[in-house]
Amino acid sequence: MKDKKLANKRSCLILGGTSEIGLAIANKFAENGFDLILAARNYDEVQKNANNINLRFNVKTDALKMDILDVTSQNKLIDELQFLPDIVVFSIGLLDKGKTAEENFEIAKEIIDVNFTYSLNILNKFAALFEARKFGAIIGIGSVAGDRGRKSNYIYGSAKAAFATYLSGLRNRLFQSNVRVITVKPGFVQTKMVAHLDLPKIITASPEKIAKDVYKAFVHKKDIVYSLKFYKLLMLIVYHIPEILFKRINL
Amino acid sequence: MEISGWGNFPKIEAEMVSDAYFSNIQEIVSKSSQIIPNGLLRSYGDSALGKFCFSSAKLNRFLLFDKESGLLTVESGVSLLEINKIFIPQGWFLPVTPGTQFVTIGGAIASDVHGKNHHKVGTFGNFVKSIKLLLPNSQIVDCNTNEDSEIFKATIGGIGLTGIILQAQIMLIPITSPLIEQTTLKSENLDELFENFSKYNNTTYSVAWIDTFSNNSQLGKGLLFLGEHFNAKDKENKSIEIKKTSKITIPFNFPSKTLNPFFLRIFNYLYYSKEFKKEKKSLVYFDKFFYPLDAINHWNRIYGKNGFAQYQFVVPIDNSKKAIVKIYQIMRDFGQGSFLTVLKQFGDENGFYLSFPNNGFTLAMDFAINRKTLEMFDAFDKIILEYGGRLYLTKDSRMSNKFFHKTYEDKIDKFKEIKSKVDSNNKFNSLQSKRLAL
Ligand SMILES: Cc1cc2nc3c(=O)[nH]c(=O)nc-3n(C[C@H](O)[C@H](O)[C@H](O)COP(=O)(O)OP(=O)(O)OC[C@H]3O[C@@H](n4cnc5c(N)ncnc54)[C@H](O)[C@@H]3O)c2cc1C
Ligand SMILES: NC(=O)c1ccc[n+]([C@@H]2O[C@H](COP(=O)([O-])OP(=O)(O)OC[C@H]3O[C@@H](n4cnc5c(N)ncnc54)[C@H](OP(=O)(O)O)[C@@H]3O)[C@@H](O)[C@H]2O)c1
Repeated sequence: MKDKKLANKRSCLILGGTSEIGLAIANKFAENGFDLILAARNYDEVQKNANNINLRFNVKTDALKMDILDVTSQNKLIDELQFLPDIVVFSIGLLDKGKTAEENFEIAKEIIDVNFTYSLNILNKFAALFEARKFGAIIGIGSVAGDRGRKSNYIYGSAKAAFATYLSGLRNRLFQSNVRVITVKPGFVQTKMVAHLDLPKIITASPEKIAKDVYKAFVHKKDIVYSLKFYKLLMLIVYHIPEILFKRINL
Repeated sequence: MEISGWGNFPKIEAEMVSDAYFSNIQEIVSKSSQIIPNGLLRSYGDSALGKFCFSSAKLNRFLLFDKESGLLTVESGVSLLEINKIFIPQGWFLPVTPGTQFVTIGGAIASDVHGKNHHKVGTFGNFVKSIKLLLPNSQIVDCNTNEDSEIFKATIGGIGLTGIILQAQIMLIPITSPLIEQTTLKSENLDELFENFSKYNNTTYSVAWIDTFSNNSQLGKGLLFLGEHFNAKDKENKSIEIKKTSKITIPFNFPSKTLNPFFLRIFNYLYYSKEFKKEKKSLVYFDKFFYPLDAINHWNRIYGKNGFAQYQFVVPIDNSKKAIVKIYQIMRDFGQGSFLTVLKQFGDENGFYLSFPNNGFTLAMDFAINRKTLEMFDAFDKIILEYGGRLYLTKDSRMSNKFFHKTYEDKIDKFKEIKSKVDSNNKFNSLQSKRLAL
């Protein structure tokens, strides 16, 4: 990285520059005048997404290649950055289809690695850089699935739970350094990740709605946001159901 | 889900998928037994309808813009509205635009759309520099006038039958203002209207709206709208009033009854009487000039749930007037009138195999669908055949295979030759292509 200080213009890095939620967030920040850097493993696609934001919102954009499961690639990304962005949004995630993770450890491991282990590594690096600069924001996309283990997706859910706990600790650590950490907990969101599921319409949000809530949370300096808001209440209830009952429920 | 074109006729139960990754789209195409691409479904009839559709909704990215030349590279699902929003403020405009902004680039290419400037510059296809096309065998090719030029010529105007247009390069034109200098000329009869068309043949944009309810002597009573881009550089004309467009919404599905001849007559009269002077000049925003109907959301619902059809034909210049008079006679015999009747003069035909425009006049009329109007269309067809004309595929929902083949006779063989080369199993088909054996 050439410059670890603030850029002239406000800027935002999206890890998961091909994620539909990540792109909606990118659009929202671009609409508000931020320059954007998008990173993803698929360089062709992330390049198109960056050009699109550049032409639509007339802000500077850059596209970088990064494979979350490769530490060398993570380091290379940090080297390639022209400057240290104000904000890092983490919007990478992996959900298994069906029960594959339960039966196959390789898949379970990949889910834990993508959603937690390797995420932790790259966010640690930005945490240290932001801490030294005494400024910045880290926005992590978790999930309501992390609030309580359900038979339909508890392996993914446990990775998201670990991710949320990690972000909570990070928030605590970075508070004194003027670096903010925002945990976003979406419920169902209509993206390619869940395209194979038949989701109930009224409790399924659009990526744009999540982006709106994320931007609002950023502006209003929130710590944890549920999106849709309805999920906050729902998860509160779900969280308080005694295990003796919960284990019998079909969820 | 149930889908239909802009005319709400016919309707079909369809599965619709969309994706932005080429590899996924290739998989979708190779796994499907039949498929048809679609955009914003602004085609009136069944050109974009099939049981399994690939929607370009997710192909909506702007990819590249060359500020020197005006060459824009976009994905096929980007709409003309989005292009206008972004590029008009930067001093660039679509080289050719249809009468609505709610059209995708893929749709504009596949129908080889025309605008009010056809007599000067031809169709949209003339400004397409290259197309990235996913062929029915899932192979992706870049085609243009040099590479795979036959596929290029079959795809422009090819009504979605040669594959999925993924991306295209379009040449925009420079403008200095979003305003149009509009001149409105009133005509009392067809002769006068035709004279005005030829007199102003050098004006960039021209189109006429005509009254379809006047009696014989007044046939052609109407308004000719002429337009030029306002040149902000060499004029300062602030005294001319600038009007803002406002949006009104037509409530959900009018009962079919409301659209009786009386209602139509009143509408036409009101519209017409507003323009009382013989000639009127004004300065208007581009949207008011090019897209007056976009100001009314869902105006297609006015025809009720049975839907409507647009009958748009072109007849070679020497026969144009005769054919129009005959069509009017038939319309009167059937006791029908059209809510909107648009007349325009086309320039020369181009080399795209299924492209519609041809040197002559084109007339477009809207009618609610019922048994009587369908019979009337058949009677119209006889006239069109007699005078060497043809119908616009993107507006059609009912012409017969036989009629189509006779009227597109000179062009159809070349198209079919390419179609059978790239799609020997006829995987890409629509309700229309099946009806017309395309
Ligand atoms: C109010 C109104 C005014 C109009 N005025 C004009 C006018 O002035 N001049 C004119 O020429 N037309 C006009 N039209 C017609 C309209 O421009 C065309 O029907 C156009 O093709 C619609 O584009 P769409 O994106 O809605 O495509 P659709 O209607 O969804 O599809 C139209 C055709 O394009 C094909 N297609 C769509 N996307 C792709 C793709 N990605 N790859 C391959 N094939 C594809 C479909 O298979 C279908 O055959 C008008 C329509 C309306 C509703
Ligand atoms: N959609 C929901 O209902 C929902 C609900 C709650 C939380 N979330 C969370 O929201 C975030 C964004 O997801 P989304 O809904 O926007 O889905 P998405 O569009 O599928 O995005 C997922 C992103 O993760 C990337 N990714 C997956 N596996 C990867 C790997 N091994 N290496 C590198 N990148 C990988 C994808 O890259 P490719 O494009 O290259 O595959 C893509 O950028 C995720 O953290 C997800 O868990 C989603």
